[in-house]
Amino acid sequence: MRPIPVVKPKDLAETLRYLEEGGKPIAGGTDILVAIRKGLEKPPFLVYIGELSELRVLEEKEEGIEVGAALTHLELLSHRGTERLPILRQALRTIGSPAIRATGTIGGNVVTASPAGDSLVALYLLEAQVRLVSQAGERMLPIHEFITGPRKTALKSGEIVRSIFLPYPEGEPLSFFRKVGRRRALVIAVASLGALVWSKNGRVEKARLALGSVAPTILRPREVEEALVGRPVSPEAWEDLVPVLSAATNPISDLRASAEYRRKVAGRLLLALAQTLQTMA
Amino acid sequence: MLLRFRLNGRPVEVETPPGRRLLDLLRQDLGLIGTKEGCGEGECGACTVVVDGKPRLSCLTLAIQVEGKDVLTVEGLAQGGKNHPLQEAFIEAAGVQCGFCTPGLLMAAYALLLHRPNPTKEEVREWLSGNLCRCTGYEQIVEAVMQAAQKFKGIGGGRA
Repeated sequence: MRPIPVVKPKDLAETLRYLEEGGKPIAGGTDILVAIRKGLEKPPFLVYIGELSELRVLEEKEEGIEVGAALTHLELLSHRGTERLPILRQALRTIGSPAIRATGTIGGNVVTASPAGDSLVALYLLEAQVRLVSQAGERMLPIHEFITGPRKTALKSGEIVRSIFLPYPEGEPLSFFRKVGRRRALVIAVASLGALVWSKNGRVEKARLALGSVAPTILRPREVEEALVGRPVSPEAWEDLVPVLSAATNPISDLRASAEYRRKVAGRLLLALAQTLQTMA
Repeated sequence: MLLRFRLNGRPVEVETPPGRRLLDLLRQDLGLIGTKEGCGEGECGACTVVVDGKPRLSCLTLAIQVEGKDVLTVEGLAQGGKNHPLQEAFIEAAGVQCGFCTPGLLMAAYALLLHRPNPTKEEVREWLSGNLCRCTGYEQIVEAVMQAAQKFKGIGGGRA
């Protein structure tokens, strides 16, 4: 394989100029280098942004944290700024392997926009905002608007993800993340479910659910979230929602699992959630 | 580009395209063939090296990404003609069969012991979970790392 040309800009302004010329950003490279090798991506040249200080800041604000796009999963896991977001840590911990977590970045995950992205489940639950910057200026999009389809985003040419804002959830929800796959490490999920659940006196006050690998993008099954409100936290009381959740999914069959299996697993994950919440309470 | 970085404790300067894979740079340009290529896409861990104290897949790393960094390969483990305690433990516990995955496993284990000199078995399993071995069934490898952790402590964790 002939090496692809790579430039290393000294700052964000220079980066944006290279992007205008058609360069494609590379940070950790764990996704894009595989895509290039497989011929799925053929950028004219790469722009190495992995060490740009502007993209490596974690800012603690009153309402949440703003994480630089080029921070690695490992850096986020070990930063005290993510302590108040246990759901983020739970999801990040299941990504790839130690080497992948030390290399891959949060911004990379967002731009790759895999329907199976583990970190994305947490980002959908937290209702993250993606900060985009180009020579034309800056804009912010909610994560579910930024990601438009499997591996598709609203990123315009010349634009880069600068950071991701993660609001602190109100109160103290319980967090849950479960990934079903065929091998523990480096597994691309067959199905995954993440949840933030606010409960009081054994009843659900509010719930946010996000499913990975069962639809073209991460899925928030709003009808199930709403149906959970007021219910006791127990698998028995949620049983009738299992088919509702399964029906909300729109999975594909691939070499990892059939669509039918994914649909069933997604439904059953709801009961796993109820069971876990019961033991936590 | 003229790439400068530290390799196995020594400063290196080498002329290379910035987009060259670290794996090819090590094996073909620098003659360090201990690092192995398995899948070439980040699934098997055979090409694991340690960069600034963290495990890194050299097949998914470009030359420019190690500029100014400290890279350790399996060749850098032995000191003064003596095997590293990890290497000794792999031999003693029969953690090596065909040997192809061994350099990657050694480097992943080395990175673990840098961070956690006294890991539990579960931590060893988790930490090595990105490295495939098709011979041993892993039991002996986990045992080897546990044994090495005992000895490793005595020498202050070795070189980072």
